[in-house]
Amino acid sequence: MIRTARTILRKDLAIELRTKESVPAMTLFTVTVFVLFHFGLDRDALEGDLASGVLWVTLLLAAVIGVSRLFAIEREQGGIDGLLLAPVDRTALWVAKAAALFLYLTILELVAIPAFALFLLGPDLLPALPVLILLLLAANIGLAAIGALVSALAAETRAPGLIVPLLLLPLVMPVLISAASATEPLLRGDQSPEDLGRWLGLLSLYDVVFVLIAVAVFDFLLDD
Amino acid sequence: MYSKGLKPLSIATVLMVALSLALVFFYAPNDADQGFVQKIFYVHVPLAIVALCGFVAGGIMAIQFLRTGDRSWDARSYVAIHMSIIFGTIVLITGAIWAKAAWGHWWVWDEPVLVSFLVVFLLYCVYYPLRFSIEDPDRQARYSSVFAIAAGAFVPINFAAVRMAEAFTHPRVLSQTGGSLPGDMRLTFLVCIAAVTLLFVTMWKLELTGKHASMQLKRLRRKLEAEAA
Amino acid sequence: MPALPLDEAGKYVAGAYVVFFTLIVLYVAIISAKIARIDRELTELVEIAERDGEPVA
Repeated sequence: MIRTARTILRKDLAIELRTKESVPAMTLFTVTVFVLFHFGLDRDALEGDLASGVLWVTLLLAAVIGVSRLFAIEREQGGIDGLLLAPVDRTALWVAKAAALFLYLTILELVAIPAFALFLLGPDLLPALPVLILLLLAANIGLAAIGALVSALAAETRAPGLIVPLLLLPLVMPVLISAASATEPLLRGDQSPEDLGRWLGLLSLYDVVFVLIAVAVFDFLLDD
Repeated sequence: MYSKGLKPLSIATVLMVALSLALVFFYAPNDADQGFVQKIFYVHVPLAIVALCGFVAGGIMAIQFLRTGDRSWDARSYVAIHMSIIFGTIVLITGAIWAKAAWGHWWVWDEPVLVSFLVVFLLYCVYYPLRFSIEDPDRQARYSSVFAIAAGAFVPINFAAVRMAEAFTHPRVLSQTGGSLPGDMRLTFLVCIAAVTLLFVTMWKLELTGKHASMQLKRLRRKLEAEAA
Repeated sequence: MPALPLDEAGKYVAGAYVVFFTLIVLYVAIISAKIARIDRELTELVEIAERDGEPVA
């Protein structure tokens, strides 16, 4: 199963490298939204809860773009029938898609975080960086797991572009709540360890639950 | 098939609802801070609790459908979610009325139940467009079940997340929402929960019976029209 | 915020309970309409059945 997943992942990454559809769009979107916020909020520098909120909401919206594109390749080229005919565990497809999304999000964040620090962040980013990276990785796992599931769910509907944001955004609210609440003191300078521990705990719980659920139910999708 | 036990169930529901109303208005004392307005709590919170349980139950029934392939489980799951959305609408409206009466605003972010409920409600509203934009009936049932399961698991996690968030930003004591109720209020509250639960189950059975009857009718019609031809 | 006087509070409480009952009764009305339709269709089907075969008992 892992081998199949790896093959599918490699194919997806190859297509992405060639067509450059998802990651550049997500990145450009994120940076544009940062500029939008500068004008919309009429601020030069954000800190604390405002900074945290702007960062995470923008990342979530960029994730929606990534999720929408995840199964689009298969849908447009009819490649899914080939995958389904092969006697493989459907879960391999989920693993590959979730891994791809995780990678896209991570690459996005490599650009987005410095951009955020440059354009919008008031206080200095560096002391907050290690914990922020931890939060980003934990959030990415949850987003990738749920994103791959939602993408598959929406793929068979008539209007996937509409269904994906409607499905994804409520489902990832716990991620937003945990990550934003944990990041807020970070971007202000006063972080208490139990606070962080609690939010990381909730994030991890979310990740575990939804990875398990996705793995359990994914087989029932794309079942023809 | 679904209508078994519907009559005793409805009678029990009527009795319980009557009893709970009597308790609310004639037995439970007025709340110290909020006065008479607090009575809304007895209809709003049980509805919220039962609706959330309904969503989770819908998820469990969806699991049964995926395991057995028996379409009746899918019907049960769909109707449970449908009922919970109806009850959920009432939760949000009565919640807004309560907020306005108690705190002067039609919406407050202070109440974790209300906020968490809003998120869950928004999520489950997507159940309909998702379900009805899939044409193949078998796939429709399967995809809806997957959604119901993921969303059902989401309910407790979301509730925990919102509760934690509110506890940190608004350290207002959750005295009204069942933190520590005096005895007579607690009894009334429990009876109300029982009444609303019975109401939910009765309405759920009622709708399932209606749906089933319609379906049987369609089959009968098809057979008769085929024979007449 | 201080508690509302009884007559004002009464309106809100009544409003909440009215909303609750109205929606439930509305639901009952919808189900009744459905039953009426099922009954009508059944009558039609009995007609079709009796036309072709023996009269339905």
